This record gives sequence, C-alpha cells and structure tokens, in this order.
Amino acid sequence: MCLSIPSKVVSIDTEQNIATVDTMGIQRTAGLDLMEEGTVAIGDYVLLHIGFIMNKIDEEDALESLRVYQEILEKLDEEDRRQMVLDDDNCPVREAP
Amino acid sequence: MSSLELKDLYDGFRNPEVIKSFQKLIAAEAEKLGRTVNIMEVCGGHTHTIMKYGLTQLLPENINFIHGPGCPVCIMPKERIDHAYTLAMQEDVILLTLGDMIKVPGSHGSLQDARAKGADVRYVYSPMDALKVAEENPTKKIIFFAIGFETTTPMSAALLDVVIKRDIKNIFFHINHVTVPEVMKELIDSRDEHVNSYDHRIDAFIGPSHVSVISGSKIYAVFPEHYRIPVVVAGFEPVDVMEAIYMMIKQFNEGRSDLEIQYKRLVSQEGNLKAQALIEKYFEKVDLFKWRGMGNVPNSGLKLRDAFAPYDAEVLYKEVLPYDEIDDHKLCICGDILRGFAKPQQCSVFGTACKPSSPLGSCMVSSEGACAAYYKYGNLL
Ligand code: SF4
Repeated sequence: MCLSIPSKVVSIDTEQNIATVDTMGIQRTAGLDLMEEGTVAIGDYVLLHIGFIMNKIDEEDALESLRVYQEILEKLDEEDRRQMVLDDDNCPVREAP
Repeated sequence: MSSLELKDLYDGFRNPEVIKSFQKLIAAEAEKLGRTVNIMEVCGGHTHTIMKYGLTQLLPENINFIHGPGCPVCIMPKERIDHAYTLAMQEDVILLTLGDMIKVPGSHGSLQDARAKGADVRYVYSPMDALKVAEENPTKKIIFFAIGFETTTPMSAALLDVVIKRDIKNIFFHINHVTVPEVMKELIDSRDEHVNSYDHRIDAFIGPSHVSVISGSKIYAVFPEHYRIPVVVAGFEPVDVMEAIYMMIKQFNEGRSDLEIQYKRLVSQEGNLKAQALIEKYFEKVDLFKWRGMGNVPNSGLKLRDAFAPYDAEVLYKEVLPYDEIDDHKLCICGDILRGFAKPQQCSVFGTACKPSSPLGSCMVSSEGACAAYYKYGNLL
C-alpha cells in the first residue's frame, strides 16, 4: 500500500483545497491538506499517497541523479571500449597461424 | 537533458543499463570488503522492489539482505484485527479501512469474513472517502480503522482535522499507527534468543522512502551516531536501491557510518513539516504496541490525544472490545526472518500450509511481506 507514484499537477482548486493530477495518463484528484498553502503549482511533479499530495518532487535533484547515471554509463562504456582494444591487442587468434 | 518529463521519473530510475552499471560498481567495491555485510531494507516496498527486479541475483555473494518489518498490514497483530472485527459486527457501524487489511485473518476471521456475516465493511482508497460515506449514512457510525507508518498517519490526522472543522458527528477512529525508528531500535537492542546475547545481524539500514518523505531523514540520526550503523534513505525504484547499496558499501570501505539520502528528489533532512505538525496536534505515543511477529515494541505506537477521545472508537467501545492476548502461530518464524536469522524458505510451512491465500504468519499477509514476496517471485535466492 506504500508504493506511491509520481504525478503531474494539471489544475488546482483552492476552494476545496484539492489538485487534479495526471499519473501516466490517468487523472485523479488529491488533497492538498499536507502542503503549505501556495507551495504547489500547476506543472509541478508530486508524490501521491492514499489521495493526498505528500510532497513535491525536486526537479533539480531528479535531473541531477539522472545526469550522474548518464555519466556513470558513459564512463563504464568507455572503460569497456578500452578493454576491447586491449583484448584485441592480445587476441590469440591473430597469433595462431 | 534540459527539462524533466514525467516519463523520466519512471524510466530514468528503472533503466536496465543503469542498473547494470551499478552492478559493476558494487561488485568492485564489494570485493574490497573482505567480509559479508547484512543490509536490512526496513520497508516492505523495498522488499517488493528487490524481489520483483531480482536485485539479489545482481549482487555479489557477500551482500545479504534482511527483509524488515516495514509492511503496515503484516505487522498488525490479531488483537487489533479482532478489535476491527468486533467493531464491524456492531449494529450501527460501517467500518472503513485501507489496503489488504480486509483480508488478514484475526482469531474469528478476517474483515472479509465479517462482511460475509452481514457486517458493513468497506475498503477505501483514501481516508477522505469517509466523508462521503458519513454523509450518505447519517444514522450510522463510521469507524475508520487507521493503519500505517509515518507515511499514512498525517492523512488520518487530516481527516480528523476536517471532521472537527465541519463538526461531523458520525466519524470515529480506531488508531493503529506505528513508527519506524522504534522498531529499528528494537531489532538491534532486543535480546536474541539464538545467540543468547545482544548481538545483532544488521550492518546497515536502507531507510524507507515515504516514511522519510514525511518525517525527514533526521529520525534515523541515532543509528549512525549511537550504534555506528550506516543508514541510506533510498527511493523505491530499482536504480534507487542499487545506488543506495553502492553508497552503503562505500561507507564500509571508507570506514564511515553516516546518514545519507539517495532519494534526494523527495526526501530532505527535515521532511514535510506541515504533515509532522498535524501528527503532533492529534496524536501521542503509547507505551507499547504489539507488532505481529515481533512482540511488544516500546514507544512504537500512536493514539489520539486525550482531548480527542470523543472521536476515539477504542474509548467509545471500550466495553465491547476484546483484550485477550493472542500468540503468533507456533510454526511461524517471521520473528527470525525479521531479525536476519532465517530466510522464508527455511520455514517448515512456507508455500504449503502458509500461502498468501491462507497466511499463517505475518510475513505472508501482504505482497510487501518477505514470505509473500518470496512466494510470488520464486526461489530466487
Ligand atoms: S511462511 Fe508463513 S508461517 Fe512461515 S515464517 Fe512465513 S509467514 Fe510465518
């Protein structure tokens, strides 16, 4: 019951203190009771749990993580390529004949 | 990557290539360890991720997972389920609850069984659904059987807040909220019958995701500071878990025991202060809460503050509620599993007498429990 899903805020009803959010194409409403007034805006990414917005997703931090992952991938890729060159240098098949 | 798409928030943290690269990084660090480390993922959501994505298979042999007690449905003792059952059987009551709670057997049966006997038990998606039920049934007493960790406690508080503000007369609460750091402490401190000492098996904790969104990482400060046990708060996606493990092993290799946050996009040290204020306003600690599979854990449960007793179903129905102690099933070794001394397959009734459809013990109750996760995802270990 704890697997909350990231969603995007599409509209806000200040009267009722609820937001409409999009979760992978599904629209639902969620209570803003746990968020300080005025801190959630249209377009924000948020985390929902049992009908409430629990918190906003920090875009900078999410992007930073994804950037780091990309760097790791590239670095390991490069190491793999280098290893291939080294392996090729020592290729036993080439020396065979 | 200039701006963030919703898709990135899913795919970016599930990317198989990234998982593989963390696998390599972890393997290289783990080789330097020279020993086995036992990592407890406290939260059932992490257990689910680890089993679903087969992460145990991606990790070197010297990294061992201990699956923790962090599934709110699993830890609910039969005594409390019997309370819910008794309340549901009262003539003018509609009992509402969340999640798999409805399926879990107490000593007379589950809430589902109560429903079969004519009780009005309903599953709700959100506590706020109680408002509609109350409006549609003005002559009934609507009792919200509130369960969950810090993650769900503020939502119960928010409902009570609305009930009080709108002066709604027919919504009541049966509170079963529990707190995570206390049970983590218990897992370390409790005397262990196997080794007859205070030894514990846990070398590091993966901190729960959404408990921490609400409470902030500060609630775990005691573990690195006092017990020298590292904590890394991680998100629920497989990349999150792999990165957290990498961070943890680096801590071991560098001789550190720190509190770190991997799940930075949602967790801060402070957490959601408004939610914390709501909890503080309406709830206070109880001395002991009995956890299924774990026994009594000091200071780990919450109740409504005395000022809100008129909304407390446990106070209102004091005369009819049962208070007998009920032991866990004799064959069940959930307690050992939670403490890291056994794996689910070592239980003599795993998958035979105990299955998700007919659980004997707590770990089989919800898909977030260790035994249920092993059952569902096969013998991966
Ligand atoms: S298989 Fe069932 S009885 Fe055995 S430890 Fe798990 S929950 Fe308990």
